[in-house]
Amino acid sequence: MIRWLLWIAGGLVLGGIVHLTTIMALPRTASRDAYARLASLVPVNGFALLPAPTSESSILPFMDPAFAVAACRYDLAKGPVKLTVPVSPAYTSVTFYTRYDVAYYAINDRAAGRRSIELDLMTTKQREELPDDEEVTAADRLIVESPSLTGVIVARALAAEPSLLSAATGALRAAQCKQQ
Amino acid sequence: MRLLIGLLLSFVVAAGIGLGSTWYALTQNLSFGALELGPWKGYPRNGTVGIDPYARAVIARNGELPVGSGDGVAFTAAADDSGRALDGRCDVAVRGTTPPARYFTITLYTLSGQLVANSLDRHGFTSQELVRDASGEFEIMVSPRARPGNWLPTGGVDSYVLMLRFYDTSLGVATRAGREAPMPAIRLTRVCQ
Repeated sequence: MIRWLLWIAGGLVLGGIVHLTTIMALPRTASRDAYARLASLVPVNGFALLPAPTSESSILPFMDPAFAVAACRYDLAKGPVKLTVPVSPAYTSVTFYTRYDVAYYAINDRAAGRRSIELDLMTTKQREELPDDEEVTAADRLIVESPSLTGVIVARALAAEPSLLSAATGALRAAQCKQQ
Repeated sequence: MRLLIGLLLSFVVAAGIGLGSTWYALTQNLSFGALELGPWKGYPRNGTVGIDPYARAVIARNGELPVGSGDGVAFTAAADDSGRALDGRCDVAVRGTTPPARYFTITLYTLSGQLVANSLDRHGFTSQELVRDASGEFEIMVSPRARPGNWLPTGGVDSYVLMLRFYDTSLGVATRAGREAPMPAIRLTRVCQ
């Protein structure tokens, strides 16, 4: 009897390990995660406007219908990416996600405080390789370090009223995400 | 032979418990660190690298992109103040004020995060669109039938969630209690249809 209980106890411990492993592995194995959903629509190192969510279809769940959204899949393998997002009249934000959908950095137009949000995205290694003098002269240049080589940048522009949607969309249409 | 049966038993228990609990955690949306303000639940940590593994798994499975913490915070309500699940056949009033934020939006979704079809093509309000009373409070009528004022149509769906998103706000990981963040109340105002 004791023997069977021990086997079951062993099974429980193993079950705990299975549980933790599957939870930890899931983000890397999910085939319908946000990155995969965007992959067919969004180019690498270039922005594409995402279609507005409707009751029939929405690329991602829980998209805010008050926002115009553009996304860029980045790949830093060949060098840093330069990002420019013009500020729309109401509110504009840019959020950086890793390949596995972790939001590691977000900035809005107030924090950027110019007519456009401009920054350079690079890996830690690429930042270390920047010449020292360049870093000094470019002190006002905002540098964001990406924890992964690939990921998604999502630019969102609010249309505070439906009539302002075209202005929000227009701002995002001029957004750029280019290999340097 | 006994060893073999024992091993088999162990593996069956492990698979059952392990996969069963994973499935449960994903479908029941078990995430830690919720900021609960009345019926509203937010996960400010989900917009940072400090996101917990359970929330990551749920997000990956649903295909969501969480609101980044430098952008804003999202709160979801699936029940009213007294804990009843939100039903699209009932009249529900969302009334009150909100924590300070440059903008906020309130949106109605199905449980899986899709918008609900309705004749007005209205799925939510932005803070700028809401009509407010003299004291600065607003009241949104979430109802299947047309209502005066801020009417948010439900399309008569069985169940829905309301999502309140604050943009450019001081709300976030450091927010602890409701005192810092007055959230609108959600009340059933009339019998259901």
